[in-house]
Amino acid sequence: MAKRIDVSGLTAYYGSHKAIEDISMTVEPRSVTAFIGPSGCGKSTFLRTLNRMHEVTPGGRVEGKVLLDDEDLYGAGIDPVSVRREVGMVFQRPNPFPTMSIFDNVAAGLRLNGNYRKAELNDIVEKSLRGANLWNEVKDRLNKPGSGLSGGQQQRLCIARAIAVEPKVLLMDEPCSALDPISTLAIEDLIGELKERFTIVIVTHNMQQAARVSDRTAFFNLAGVGQPGKLIEIDETERIFSNPSVQATEDYISGRFG
Amino acid sequence: MDITTRNTQAPPPAPRPSAAGRKRTSHSATRPGDRIFLGLSRGAGILLLVIMAAIAVFLAYRASLAISKDHGNFLTTFEWNTNLNPPVFGIAVLAFGTVVSSVVAMVIAVPIAVAIALFLTHYAPRRVSGPIGYVIDLLAAVPSIVYGLWGALVLVPNLNGLFSWLNDYLGWTGIFSWDGGAPRSMLTVGILLAIMILPIITNVSREVFRQVPRMHEEAALALGATRWEVVRMAVLPFGRSGVVSASMLGLGRALGETMAVATVLSPDFLIHGSLLNPGGGTFAQNIASKFSEATEYGRDALIASGLVLFVITLLVNGAARMIIARRKEYSGANA
Repeated sequence: MAKRIDVSGLTAYYGSHKAIEDISMTVEPRSVTAFIGPSGCGKSTFLRTLNRMHEVTPGGRVEGKVLLDDEDLYGAGIDPVSVRREVGMVFQRPNPFPTMSIFDNVAAGLRLNGNYRKAELNDIVEKSLRGANLWNEVKDRLNKPGSGLSGGQQQRLCIARAIAVEPKVLLMDEPCSALDPISTLAIEDLIGELKERFTIVIVTHNMQQAARVSDRTAFFNLAGVGQPGKLIEIDETERIFSNPSVQATEDYISGRFG
Repeated sequence: MDITTRNTQAPPPAPRPSAAGRKRTSHSATRPGDRIFLGLSRGAGILLLVIMAAIAVFLAYRASLAISKDHGNFLTTFEWNTNLNPPVFGIAVLAFGTVVSSVVAMVIAVPIAVAIALFLTHYAPRRVSGPIGYVIDLLAAVPSIVYGLWGALVLVPNLNGLFSWLNDYLGWTGIFSWDGGAPRSMLTVGILLAIMILPIITNVSREVFRQVPRMHEEAALALGATRWEVVRMAVLPFGRSGVVSASMLGLGRALGETMAVATVLSPDFLIHGSLLNPGGGTFAQNIASKFSEATEYGRDALIASGLVLFVITLLVNGAARMIIARRKEYSGANA
């Protein structure tokens, strides 16, 4: 189910401002790839180009290729809506739909995609909530609003919502930055389980987190304010954190940055 | 911080030492600014209640003078003859006409207003939505007598086509049958009221839709929602209570609208089953057309009808509040 992502020569703009320049990388299926780098280096922007969310921002546009297995996400005649159904996303701040119950939140994506019978829907919702390690905490209050949960629970609810539609890839944009350490640990454990089924890409500011959860790590950097962000290197996480091949990476990781 | 620690330690550089020294038990505001603001806001709140009560008492007192001498049933009589001896009058026709014309106006205006608000906030490019929003603001500022004149001079003469079309296709329902009289009926009033309340509903809805947090829309987009699905999943549910409030503002105006109704309606004191046949009346229209020539007693009778309008408006607002409160925990206010 999980698919490989193959990016080549990708450049993204906000209006006339070039946010990231000429990025190429390959993300293996059933692996976790972490993006690290200083603020403003374009890692979130790059993440959002992978499910065509970048162009939702006014003025946002993209040049280059993103192949999901063999399909170019930016090819002619590709509908961004169908891309986003294949490439799910979890955001920095937990954003369950406040007007929906826990059940309806998880079912939201399924209801977009087609008609499910009630029993089917029940099964998938339960499976997704179990998959997000949330089932035991919410099974007695599925009809309560999702906004009544704690921050960490809300974020796992969002993960359940994203995986309910069985995406090929799961993008996570700093999913733990608004959470306390215990909730963070729960999400990190969850990422370890989810990579059996999905290709996962995670943006994080927390380098210990990148070291803990990812198989490969990509380091992004920018030459200065107003300059586009670039991919400095991508390698096995172990290697990036022990013996990176570029000096800038080592400086950043060891805190000697800037 | 409790008292013992305060006594054993040197006092910290407290931001308000005077307050701490003077009042230890009270938790109320002690700064002069706070006290003045508390007084002002509390005074404003009390003043509002006093005004409401004063209106209610005035209406009830004058109404009781009239109703006590009424020889018809005040609630069910289809007649308004305060000059007879004994006088006979009742509000049945007025209540019916007021409610029906307002409901017609809401049925027409709310969907259009919500659609315009959605268009302005989620579909139109910025350089289009600005000017359109401005024009709608202007519409809200047009005096109602101008709408009334436009209704009488432009709307009424051009409604024959619509009325005969409705009669041809929907006449069998009875609600839309038409005998060919002048199109100065409840439907005409409803259409005109719809145009009048459209700006306020649009404006408030637009503000509400604009408040929808970006992250909820992105959540829907990331699930693979189309633009319309984003609106349905994230925008409309979030704006629901705001749209109800907006509609209530509009409904309030429709219920109380006077001059515009008086100019386009051919009033009588009958309840018509069809929306297209001329006749009927509303509270405000009836008061406006009769007040200047009414005797002292006649005015009391009109005030009695005003009291009923007051009560209807209160009931409608109460109902709207209940609708909003019923789904409070899903409102998004706690997100």
